Amino acid sequence: MNKEVIFSMNTALRGEYNIHGYSYGSGDRAACIVGAMRGNEYQQLYICSLLAQKLADIEAQGDIVSGKEIFVVPTLNYSSMNSGKTKWISDDSDINRSFPGNPKGPATSRIAAALLERVKDYSYGIQFASFYLKGESIPHIRMMETGKESTSLANLFGMPYVLTGMNRAFDQVTLNYNWQKLGTEAFSVYSRTTDKIDELSANLAVSSVLRFLTRMGIIRYDCHGGYISSILKEQELVSAKATEAGFFRRIVDINAEVKRGQVLGQIINPMDGKVKADIIAPTDGITFYVQDAPMVFQNVVAYKIIRRIHK
Amino acid sequence: MIETVVTIDLMVEEELRIKKNHLAPDFPKGDEKRICIVSGIYGDELQGQYICYEVIRRIKLDYGSLSGIVDIYPSVNPMGLDSRSREIPGSDMDMNVLFPGSKSGALGEYTASCVFDDIKGADCCIDLHSSNMYIQEIPQVRINDEYVDELLRYAKFLNTDMVWIHPSTSVLNGSLAYSLNQVGVRTMVIESGVANSINQEYCNKIVDGLFALMSDMGIWKGKSAPAGKCRIIKDSDISYINSESSGIFIPEKKVYDMVKKGDELGTIVDVITGSIEEIIKASEAGMICSIRSYPVIEEGSLIARIIGGDYNE
Repeated sequence: MNKEVIFSMNTALRGEYNIHGYSYGSGDRAACIVGAMRGNEYQQLYICSLLAQKLADIEAQGDIVSGKEIFVVPTLNYSSMNSGKTKWISDDSDINRSFPGNPKGPATSRIAAALLERVKDYSYGIQFASFYLKGESIPHIRMMETGKESTSLANLFGMPYVLTGMNRAFDQVTLNYNWQKLGTEAFSVYSRTTDKIDELSANLAVSSVLRFLTRMGIIRYDCHGGYISSILKEQELVSAKATEAGFFRRIVDINAEVKRGQVLGQIINPMDGKVKADIIAPTDGITFYVQDAPMVFQNVVAYKIIRRIHK
Repeated sequence: MIETVVTIDLMVEEELRIKKNHLAPDFPKGDEKRICIVSGIYGDELQGQYICYEVIRRIKLDYGSLSGIVDIYPSVNPMGLDSRSREIPGSDMDMNVLFPGSKSGALGEYTASCVFDDIKGADCCIDLHSSNMYIQEIPQVRINDEYVDELLRYAKFLNTDMVWIHPSTSVLNGSLAYSLNQVGVRTMVIESGVANSINQEYCNKIVDGLFALMSDMGIWKGKSAPAGKCRIIKDSDISYINSESSGIFIPEKKVYDMVKKGDELGTIVDVITGSIEEIIKASEAGMICSIRSYPVIEEGSLIARIIGGDYNE
């Protein structure tokens, strides 16, 4: 394993800020893995740390295929993690809204540019991303519909689901989109949680990446075959919303099979403890996402359900 | 008439309400032009608060001169304004990437959708912004280069020092301005001042401009001042000056100052060692249209923008 600085800058009061990357094996730029970009992405950094340990073992055993290099960037934004912020510490900008970046621009734009320059030539790019809605989701691979996405490749991660999504306004300034535009096959790996550690789904994410690297001939690693992924379109997920605001009582967890009309959760009046509203499943299916806030606003999406699918 | 565009229950006791003031002639004919004035997408941008107040005040002073419809939405992110938060509190989402929004979306997308639908059908919309807390800006209209021919005619009335034709995030995909232009509502963004404060001088200039525009559109028959000289600026006319060191910025210049290439704009100092880390110099001759307001600097921070071109004479 080799450690390198991929970006360095001085800060006003915190000393030098360095972003490190770690390479395993040497040769063709085979796969690059990027972890936390925001200060609340603890799970994503945790997954990277588990993966780093595995890759170090695999490299020590000589099981990285000769002539292949894997590059890991665990975090781009550790200062925000240290200071309890989500976005960039000094100006609240978001690194994952700053791509392709500008080496002469502000800090997050410089970081984006430096990262993209270093990681652009890899055949495969994997980002441990956090779901855009706060809450928990079924572990999955997400790909943007850029016209260059390959769901058959995404299937090789062996995750339960592959989700493809149309470009949202902000997607064009993300790493994933710009990676794809530069010719890298880019995948976002979503774990169950973001701001708290979930061991089970962290290990699932690590296994899925190792499985993919094995299947792409980058490492030699015996692992379980995983799932044959179900391919979903993001716009086909059906929302169940909180029709009232208040405490959110979760009754049904993610990855549960539900029936149309089933009560998934309840909204409790914080003043008198009475149930203000039930959150009802609008369709048969499997719960894909659930809100995890203790309290919710009216109209908040409490659940997202994969329509008419059984376990 | 005060109308509520959207109401959403908050978690404990309160409601989020986005309101508008619908100002229409007492005896409408039904073919009136309609302008929408929107403010407060970012909770820390307060220039629009004063501008909305002043537009309503002046209309009420001479209500008989109103010959069209003026819909004013002072606070489309009211929780952000109340809590001094730029984004939507709770979700931390930037509201200006959520348009046209979605009725099935979360709070931000839902409210964006309600505001968008309410404005749809208007002849013109002005989206009032301040700068963020880091940069002081002179009054300027920002328009999308995609609709420049249609928008420039309106923009020249708005009495700002410049009209900047560029694809910034304030006029790009997902912003209110971009989304409304896509559905035929001619929309411009006005930026001025700095976040968390109100510069009345700038605001009053913009209010004069709004009345000049409304006169041209046939919405206002009362008095309106002619717009001042306005420069049309493209990205290529502007030099960006970013710091290459970190520390505290001590400015030597302010907005509207004319500078020559190499003039000192300020210094970045290290407060621990007491040393000067960098002397910031003008990269081009021209007028300073933006300058750093928040003094803590890191490498890459935008320090100033200078307009060259005509200003360099």
